[in-house]
Amino acid sequence: MDQDKEYVGFATLPNQVHRKSVKKGFDFTLMVAGESGLGKSTLVNSLFLTDLYKDRKLLNAEERITQTVEITKHTVDIEEKGVKLKLTIVDTPGFGDAVNNTECWKSVADYIDQQFEQYFRDESGLNRKNIQDNRVHCCLYFISPFGHGLRPLDVEFMRALHEKVNIVPILAKADTLTPIEVKKKKFKIREEIEQYGIKIYQFPDCDSDEDEEFKQQDLELKESIPFAVIGSNTVVEAKGKRVRGRLYPWGIVEVENSTHCDFIKLRNMLVRTHMQDLKDVTRETHYENYRAQCIQSMTRMVVKERNRNKLTRESGTDFPIPMVPGVAESETEKLIREKDEEVRHADRAPDSVPDREHESHQSSEQQEPSDPRDDRER
Amino acid sequence: KNKGLQVLKANSGFSSGGSTLLGYIGIDTIIEQMRKKTMKTGFDFNIMVVGPSGLGKSTLVNTLFKSQVSRKSAGWARDEKIPKTVEIKSVSHVIEEGGVKMKLTIVDTPGFGDQINNDNCWEPISKYINEQFEKFLKEEVNITRKKRIPDTRVHCCLYFIPPTGHCLRQLDVEFMRRLSHSVNIIPVIAKSDTMTIEERQEFKQRVRKELENNGIEFYPQKEFDDDMEDKSDNDKIRETMPFAVVGSDKEHQVNGKRVLGRKTAWGIIEVENPNHCEFAQLRDFLIRSHLQDLKEVTHNIHYETYRAKRLNDNGGLHPISSNDTQEKNP
Repeated sequence: MDQDKEYVGFATLPNQVHRKSVKKGFDFTLMVAGESGLGKSTLVNSLFLTDLYKDRKLLNAEERITQTVEITKHTVDIEEKGVKLKLTIVDTPGFGDAVNNTECWKSVADYIDQQFEQYFRDESGLNRKNIQDNRVHCCLYFISPFGHGLRPLDVEFMRALHEKVNIVPILAKADTLTPIEVKKKKFKIREEIEQYGIKIYQFPDCDSDEDEEFKQQDLELKESIPFAVIGSNTVVEAKGKRVRGRLYPWGIVEVENSTHCDFIKLRNMLVRTHMQDLKDVTRETHYENYRAQCIQSMTRMVVKERNRNKLTRESGTDFPIPMVPGVAESETEKLIREKDEEVRHADRAPDSVPDREHESHQSSEQQEPSDPRDDRER
Repeated sequence: KNKGLQVLKANSGFSSGGSTLLGYIGIDTIIEQMRKKTMKTGFDFNIMVVGPSGLGKSTLVNTLFKSQVSRKSAGWARDEKIPKTVEIKSVSHVIEEGGVKMKLTIVDTPGFGDQINNDNCWEPISKYINEQFEKFLKEEVNITRKKRIPDTRVHCCLYFIPPTGHCLRQLDVEFMRRLSHSVNIIPVIAKSDTMTIEERQEFKQRVRKELENNGIEFYPQKEFDDDMEDKSDNDKIRETMPFAVVGSDKEHQVNGKRVLGRKTAWGIIEVENPNHCEFAQLRDFLIRSHLQDLKEVTHNIHYETYRAKRLNDNGGLHPISSNDTQEKNP
């Protein structure tokens, strides 16, 4: 191409970007959620050829009664062909295991929010050199193959989290189902997902200039949800070959055989085709929504305070740092502001009646912030 | 558990390169995913040219990008009057190569160094650079942020040094000293065909010495070398800078080939011939190897410095919400 007289050379830019990224390495955070015994750990190990749960102790029913939903993190560094990936698996042991599982998704939602919050603080701070990104990029939600489609807990969990994280539904332990049963169950689950207004992760549409094979693969992918998977940590001998699988008296289930299950589809989607998009959607949609909500609630607080202060005699000369709505503030600024508010409250005479009058003034003065989600394209 | 059946344990332990059996996960494909994304979104590159008029700035830029991208090509007369104060004029073009789309913006600074009294002629330039940082910052703190914030920040400033053969002028030192902390400065020796190779080498040495004595760090700055590999590559470049260039948009026949050059009575100066001048080196450095790095240093260092200063000068950030119109800076 150098011979081409018109060649400037900026077509090398993707290579320049790639070179820097390879040096830095990539990271990916994957969450797995679902009841115990659905094969989550096995699947994770199968996907990434790791052994993350080697020393795990399985609890019996009695021990599980007192357990609340925990959030555990395992990080592993994987390198392949010179590319480094720091993979973090977030697990949710205890989810759905209790007798009363009301709101057991709360600690999961809180965890996701905490990562957003930490990132928001870091991003708004003064020194942004080494921000750690612990935001959850994808949540594999395991649906039991033994029910008739989605259970109430499944619906509640997904609805609580679908606007915080990319949910990819998984039909677990699919080797307990015949192909026809798998098909029927998938159809039912997809129907219910739509019926209950659950927004699972959407694969981006193909470009019109992609080749037919790619388009076909893309279509198949979309029609495979939920992915019916089987996982295995053991290698068995089948027809003279050694495969990862499960050995039954009636035959061998091969994990990487696409006629047996969707494992390959899931792995390809997760690692080879959509990893970047999962991260992009987390950053551009879920995180931005969180951030916008955060700023707006901070704004409302500030406007409330301001209005309260406006109507007291001491106001006017004595404003704290002019905190204007819509601006992300650093830790110190926030602390200074909070301290100022405290001092001002302490000075004021403890008279509850004027406050109530102020309250009614406030509600008319507050503007209704527009919902950023309406503007956001997906 | 199936106790009676024969199973073999799979490879356990952390994988490096996957396990030996069916061992390929496919992590390296993320590079391809990123590449696809870069190709789709395209990217911005903003380059500023600074120097007194007549040093061949526009011609050089056109030669670099092999297109008529400079201001002079956009229809303004070549012999227009020198403005009384330094003006900032930017022209943008979208150029495409190998499937990669680039929105290239050339920011010209007519009037710089042309007056009798050139005091503070760098101020409009400094102001422009900071205004672009401010624009970006405002977008960043917005409640509803764009997926891709348009980047008008100056990624690179080509500073044209007249080929006097003596040493840097006071103006050169003043400009570079003041601006090297807000923008990546790449000094070039313009119209270098007026110097012999020896004169050129000596001039360059003197210029480098003077820059060092004045504490001026041009791009690539030593302090931002990522690792030993970078340092070694960049050291070689730093020792060759400033690049002595010649620009031309005219073609001539040399040895049966058409080349860009300047035809004189004593020979043809070939722009892309490394024996004649260092244009090709500048081009490779600027476009083929360090384009991305110029943007990253601008974003991670110069912009962050500006941002930190703005956050520290508290209360200076104006409110922007998706409902408001933008307020002008006081």
